[in-house]
Amino acid sequence: MSSLLAAGEGTGFEAPDPIETFWQPLWGGNSQFALTRPMVMAVFSVVLLSVWLLLSTRKMALVPGKAQFVTESVYGMVRNGLGRDILGSKDFLRFVPLLFTMFMLILTNNLFGIIPPIQYPTMSRFGFPLALALIVFVVYHVVGIRSMGLGGYFRHMVPAGLPWLIVPLIFFLELLTYFVTRPVTLALRLFGNMFAGHILLVLCVVGGEHLLFGDTGIAVKGTGVLVFLGGFVMTLFEGFVQFLQAYVFTLLTALYIAGSLATDEH
Amino acid sequence: MYGSLAIVGYGLSAIGPGIGVGLIFAAYVSGVARQPEARGILQPIAILGFALAEALAIFGIALAFVFAGTPPQ
Repeated sequence: MSSLLAAGEGTGFEAPDPIETFWQPLWGGNSQFALTRPMVMAVFSVVLLSVWLLLSTRKMALVPGKAQFVTESVYGMVRNGLGRDILGSKDFLRFVPLLFTMFMLILTNNLFGIIPPIQYPTMSRFGFPLALALIVFVVYHVVGIRSMGLGGYFRHMVPAGLPWLIVPLIFFLELLTYFVTRPVTLALRLFGNMFAGHILLVLCVVGGEHLLFGDTGIAVKGTGVLVFLGGFVMTLFEGFVQFLQAYVFTLLTALYIAGSLATDEH
Repeated sequence: MYGSLAIVGYGLSAIGPGIGVGLIFAAYVSGVARQPEARGILQPIAILGFALAEALAIFGIALAFVFAGTPPQ
């Protein structure tokens, strides 16, 4: 029984348990080293993306075909909308591979959440977004230290022209932002959205199934249909959220790198 | 019937980010209505503000699960 979602008494309804819903080991039993379903899906997404990108860009034409057009428009959005506009036209090109990889990988893994045979967003296991956030964490620190030096990097965290009395306070807050808040929110945002969205869809389906086919009266069965319809609408909404979260993750990656590149102001 | 007080707390904590996200998109909509050609500039800014305000709600849901405790036997 779930501790999180109140269960009605006497109706025999068991709300979906978050642990049982998300913990799906395939091999290795219940141990810490079990091979789980999201691991297989993450590898599958990489294979899928590699095959897609290789096939759609194999025969590049001036007038693109359908596959080339899809790939090019996504690449154009990341390159121009996220890379060039935020990082500046001087040195955005070296970060485009990172941004494009992040966007495609997160988008594919998120969309697994609503694609029927899979229906499990990989990023709803915290380890996956955490790994991606750690990559971003390392990248923007390295970029910052390379472009301004170690001392300059810490100096640029505090805006110039502040009264000297509040400089230590601002420096402490900025240090917290750079080393704690940014990676934690980056990972938690993606994880939280995917986790909450998936558990909502599971609740809609399980609850609707219970209301329709469970030991309930005829009046309640009508609400079961409504819950199923709600689940359908929420699936469409989840598709939107999954795209948006992939975009937001890439946008924030670009913004953090841009903050580390900026040497002129501050 | 039982539940977890942490989830009630999460519901309360989601009010703030909810208002914040509403204000951000209200400003975005009125900005685009006044100046439709500024849409391309305003959109990433609006989504960035949305993401930052939403982070608080995401903290809330993570902490709600952390402090949910164990169900009565």
